[in-house]
Amino acid sequence: MRGYRYLEHTATLRVDPQRCVGCGLCVSVCPHRLFALEGRALRVLDPDLCMECGACARNCPSGAIAVTPGVGCAAAILAGWVSRLLGRKAPTRCC
Amino acid sequence: MGTAGARLGVIRRRYRVAPGLYAVGSPGPDSPVLVTANYKLSFDSLRFSVSGIDAWLLVTDTRGINVWCAAGKGTFSAGEVCDIVRRSRLVEVVSHRQLVLPQLAAPGVTARKVTRGCGFSVRFGPVRATDLPAWLERDGQGDEAMREVTFTLAERAVLIPVELYLLARPLVGLVVLALFLSGIGPGFFSPAAAVQRGALLLGATGLGILAGAVLVPLLLPWLPARQFWLKGVYTGLAVTALARPLVAAGLSIVEQVGLALWAVAVSSYLAMNFTGSTPFTSLSGVEREMRRGLPVQLHAVGAAAVLWVIAPFLV
Repeated sequence: MRGYRYLEHTATLRVDPQRCVGCGLCVSVCPHRLFALEGRALRVLDPDLCMECGACARNCPSGAIAVTPGVGCAAAILAGWVSRLLGRKAPTRCC
Repeated sequence: MGTAGARLGVIRRRYRVAPGLYAVGSPGPDSPVLVTANYKLSFDSLRFSVSGIDAWLLVTDTRGINVWCAAGKGTFSAGEVCDIVRRSRLVEVVSHRQLVLPQLAAPGVTARKVTRGCGFSVRFGPVRATDLPAWLERDGQGDEAMREVTFTLAERAVLIPVELYLLARPLVGLVVLALFLSGIGPGFFSPAAAVQRGALLLGATGLGILAGAVLVPLLLPWLPARQFWLKGVYTGLAVTALARPLVAAGLSIVEQVGLALWAVAVSSYLAMNFTGSTPFTSLSGVEREMRRGLPVQLHAVGAAAVLWVIAPFLV
């Protein structure tokens, strides 16, 4: 996505090339085009573009990709922090 | 009308279509099955985009939420897709066993679980429904540009009304608080000062909203700083500087600084909150910037409140 970059070295995306079976599903589903298959080897082009949507990890058949998915909504995060402070159950994330 | 209402936010949560199987054109047993969410804007965007072709539209029950958000929340899932495949008796309608899902359903739908659950294989189509006819024609080849999300000026501008609408309720509480704080003075409490100074405080709030919830979305790619709370600080400072000649007459410097701090804090918070509406901010990133931005905003609000309340005593 040209013209936009968010924070560097923050995304929780982790790839284990050893477990990759080269199916290419992550390459298809990533909305920021940050994977590429070279032959059967998976390459992460730019991990800082990851928005942690979780599409790749959910569809990876071999568990080669791990990411903590979530919606980056400040109001929901704040509500979560407040309820944790008050010892209440965190509300579901907004959208 | 309905689109405007949903975009504004008034009827956003009940703008739905009934889940099930729909037809566009005159589809047959070989026609493609295009799966979508049951938010009416998602459904409409799909059916208008493919109005020139014959296809089946399979509407999943996502509780009236759009494709991407429903996938993120887990309501657009393999289980829901299989459920609607069974309930609509799709196997009796089409001869093939393939579903085309929007690419943005992938955070919620595990393709192989759909196949295991109801025997249909899944192909993830393009991000935008408008690209579907071209994608179907080329059988999914050479689709790189169709697979990337965008965030154009128009895509950002359309989000502004709902950002503002969602502010309406917090604003009511703010009006009461503004009147109360503004009335405090040497004479204990003055209703006249409450109204007069309260209006100024609300004006500053309006400037903060303009800077954070309107200017930040519009100017997003051109504002310096990666962190949104900082983008909001910049637009907030710019707007208060521009508005100063119009409102500063008759105000002490203490009051001016108080109002400016409040406007910038509002702008910064709203800008930070806009992260939830963009297609490129990560949850980890937002958490990280909130740990920096929120303390700054809270200090600014605290300082603004103190300055505003003590100002009448300093004259």
